[in-house]
Amino acid sequence: MELAEQQAVAQRHRGEGPWARLLRRFLHKKVAVACLALVVALYLAGVLAPLLAPYGYNQTDLLHPLEGPSGAHWLGTDRLGRDLLSRLLWGLQTTVIITAAATLTGSLALGILLGLASGYLGRRVDSAIMRVGELFLAFPDILLVILLAATLKPRAVELVRSFEDSLGFRGIVQSGAVDYLVVFGALAAFSWVGMARLVRGQVLALKEQTFVEAARANGASTWRVLRVHLLPNALSPVLVSVSAGMGAVAGSEVVLSWLGIGIQPPRPSLGLMILDNGNLSALRATPHLLLAPVAAVALLIFAWNLLGDALNDVLNPRAR
Amino acid sequence: MLAYLVRRLLWLPFLLLAVSLLTFALGTYGPGDPVQVRLGARYTPEAGTRLRHELGLDRPLLAQYGQYVWRALRGDLGVSLRFTGRPVSDVIGRRVWVSVQLGFAAVVVSVLLGIPLGLLAAHRQGTWLDTAVISLALFFYSVPVFLTAPLLILVFAVRLHWLPTSGWNGLPDPHIIMPALALGLPGVAGLARLTRASALEVLGQDYVRTARAKGLPEVQVQYRHVLRNALIPVLTTLGMALATLVSGAFITETLFGIPGIGSLAVESIFQRDYPVVMAITLLLAAAFVAANLLVDILYVALDPRIRYR
Repeated sequence: MELAEQQAVAQRHRGEGPWARLLRRFLHKKVAVACLALVVALYLAGVLAPLLAPYGYNQTDLLHPLEGPSGAHWLGTDRLGRDLLSRLLWGLQTTVIITAAATLTGSLALGILLGLASGYLGRRVDSAIMRVGELFLAFPDILLVILLAATLKPRAVELVRSFEDSLGFRGIVQSGAVDYLVVFGALAAFSWVGMARLVRGQVLALKEQTFVEAARANGASTWRVLRVHLLPNALSPVLVSVSAGMGAVAGSEVVLSWLGIGIQPPRPSLGLMILDNGNLSALRATPHLLLAPVAAVALLIFAWNLLGDALNDVLNPRAR
Repeated sequence: MLAYLVRRLLWLPFLLLAVSLLTFALGTYGPGDPVQVRLGARYTPEAGTRLRHELGLDRPLLAQYGQYVWRALRGDLGVSLRFTGRPVSDVIGRRVWVSVQLGFAAVVVSVLLGIPLGLLAAHRQGTWLDTAVISLALFFYSVPVFLTAPLLILVFAVRLHWLPTSGWNGLPDPHIIMPALALGLPGVAGLARLTRASALEVLGQDYVRTARAKGLPEVQVQYRHVLRNALIPVLTTLGMALATLVSGAFITETLFGIPGIGSLAVESIFQRDYPVVMAITLLLAAAFVAANLLVDILYVALDPRIRYR
């Protein structure tokens, strides 16, 4: 760009805040905007499943099993005559709930808080948190999640059952809420580590800077320094990491359900749909029943990762 | 450097101890009674009590854990509950080799495809070829094994009948092609992306220009200056790559019916065979730490500018 041109651009955007500038840079990236639109669309589809789905996820129609796409069933039906599109939408809802809950609690709340504490307080707190993190990282992630889900779930069901007995009503276990809780707990339990390390690194670099020293000299409390001065400045890598990590969380939920320790039928899950239709006879006869959920999961994970990449370009321009 | 390594090595036993304690706790807290599993239909309360006593399962948990650690230190990892009475090391030992072969094949696939693709993309930077390689790489990098594997089976086994659908038949055998490809694809994609970025950075360096200016043949420039320097950051991710490989192996082995330790771990968790689960977890944790340590050492060997304190 010529100097005059650069100055003109600078002139045009004078007075805009840092967030407005980031937004403008983001909107310039067509791929990023497309990915964001795709993610939003998939999440909306999941959230609005009760309104959008033409049929119930468990509504069988044994007179019309294994039909191809038609006006009544846009994507066809499965072995029990259930509408594939409806099941896809309801399955997306499961993914939406799990990814949102696990990310909010695990990597955002727990990860950021522990990362801030670790980086800012230092010393014993730091080594305690980091050593526990190392312990979690020493496990292959999938193994830890499977282990947690497989061992904790029967206990959790037992616990809720006894709770139900004492209250004198049933329905919590039956509604599948425990499955969701266990899956999201297992995912949250290991997803905080990466975030905590990231935030810690940011804090370590930031806390030596003069503005933090000035705030402390002015008598700001630890909490205030963390909240007002450190967190906002450490936020952009957090955003990138969340976006890039969402795909992995979505994938892990699918793996758990696929192994049979995640969401249980009749609750719908994309992992269960892949499991049901991934065996050889199903692959030979009805590959579209596998392809639809696989495409949905692949699209979601791909969109999240691409979005993470684009955010990285926008937020850390120097890293290129 | 040496002090750094010693410190890392000293930390290893504590880490393994903590890993084993966590696994032990989850195992005892988890469902299923190993005694009932072992006796099966022959289970009576008396027989149960007797076996429980023989196995030491009626002792306090801490004593049980202590005994486990003490025995493990001397190489005795206990006996499998599922394969009645067979030592855990024996059960695992048979299957580790299979996993190592599969992992090796996957790494070969990743390196042989990933690095050349990355270099190619860097060379044709900005052309359609570059765009194609990079978007495909990003796709396969983000799409997990359990999605690509069924697709591979669908195309190559069910439709085209080129390859067997599942099973295991040793190394030089068509059975390994699909699993190695499925397991290696994320690695191919990751390596291609990283090699491209790294090569682009090196290509812009002064020493590359100097090498060209002094009339060094392009092949030599590429090999001696670009490739060598571009591979340093690639190497550091090998530790991470091992992690991806291991988590991928659980799924790949289960999907393709390969008798490795990945599928063994999944089966053992479901069959409540906790001695086996525990041994596999310890083995993998140790492998992770060792791999990361090895990467650290390699890093210094390749780039003398790096110092550890």
